[in-house]
Amino acid sequence: MTVLFLFVALGFVATAVIGLLACGLDRKVTARVQYRVGPPLWQPFIDMAKLLGKENLIPAGASQITFFAAPLVGLAAVTLVSTILWLNSIHPARGFGGDLIVALYLLSIPSISLMMGGFASGNPYASLGASREMKAILSYELPFVLAIIVPVIKSGYAIRLGTITRFQLQQGLTAGNLSGLLAFIVAVLCVQAKLGLVPFDVAEAEAEINSGPLIEYSGASLAVYRLMKSMLFFVLPFFLIMLFLGGAHSGGWPRCALKYIGLVALITVIRNTNPRLRIDQTVKFFWGPVTLTAAIAVLLALAGV
Amino acid sequence: MGVKLNALLKSPWVFHLSTGSCNNCDIEVLDCLTPRFDIERFGMLLAGSVRHADVLLVTGSANRKSMERVKKLYEQVPKPCLVVAIGECALSRGMFINSYNCPVPVDKIIPVDVYVPGCPPRPEAIIAAITKLIGKVKKGAEKS
Repeated sequence: MTVLFLFVALGFVATAVIGLLACGLDRKVTARVQYRVGPPLWQPFIDMAKLLGKENLIPAGASQITFFAAPLVGLAAVTLVSTILWLNSIHPARGFGGDLIVALYLLSIPSISLMMGGFASGNPYASLGASREMKAILSYELPFVLAIIVPVIKSGYAIRLGTITRFQLQQGLTAGNLSGLLAFIVAVLCVQAKLGLVPFDVAEAEAEINSGPLIEYSGASLAVYRLMKSMLFFVLPFFLIMLFLGGAHSGGWPRCALKYIGLVALITVIRNTNPRLRIDQTVKFFWGPVTLTAAIAVLLALAGV
Repeated sequence: MGVKLNALLKSPWVFHLSTGSCNNCDIEVLDCLTPRFDIERFGMLLAGSVRHADVLLVTGSANRKSMERVKKLYEQVPKPCLVVAIGECALSRGMFINSYNCPVPVDKIIPVDVYVPGCPPRPEAIIAAITKLIGKVKKGAEKS
């Protein structure tokens, strides 16, 4: 019963509502940065309702089952991750050993579902976008994992999210010392790429390859993809807060909400003040300076700084 | 009026379809997205793919080559969708009315819901046309 409650009410509904609101906030802030009025805060909800009422078209050259299954796979993965995160922030003792690794795996499935959908739709632009998405995963996944090793080392090699957040309650935030701060910066950049936002939105570059893997999606399938992206907009910053900023335990829920809003604002500002990188520049950026920084952070963490 | 139609009118994503215009109307369409006019405050976005679109903005006098493409694109838009013809060329072929290459105006190829005259129409005129279109659809929904 409680598991079902966690999965449906918190993992899906609460995450979707917060994620869509965060997307609305992102659009509003973007508009204000560009001296515009911008859409109302609840615009993503209206978009979602509209897309659910539209016709769902299948391209002639697509493989139908994969085409329809891909968005659902992504949505299911995000819902599972958010359930794990909620469980760990409400009952830290009830998490299972290794849930950090499970969350890491599940967090790469949304990108894989985008690739599946892109290749299944049989459109050249979609294939191009999907192959770019693949290169982007290869580039940012290494520094992301390296950055996440830092809080693991700091908390005495714990791979349970609950243990990591409780450790921070006693010993101070992971981002409070040098190695943690470096890892946090690396992780924020990787989250930017995982969310597919400028400067790392090569896979979806809407002015260049017409929103890449999503080009053939319409109606309810597109709504599911957009919902998945919005939920990631809640899940990924929340994941970082748990690992680096103490989660919901240090300072309680109001402080956690403030941290979340701050992180969303940071991501929005990064996205509004940078031009798009090409795919080769993205790979060079992540495999060069970012991986180097992450490796230094791991070495510093091993040295105890 | 149903939730579906209400949501459609509050987030119409527009797809910009040039059937061989001189680029002047297209620039005026892009002007609508600039901070001065900012149509995103009505929830409108410029869709890159026709599959995401709810409104087709057609500019230019459809010639023999682009006629078939216009038809195909109209069939590719997920329904319900609306069509706006922008500029003199799309309305009545403008100065190309006697051309061998422009046999019919756009509304003889696909059904057009609202016409925006002008060469090119001002961005204000385009926004006014969209609000009129929304009003028209609402009235039609109340009647039926």
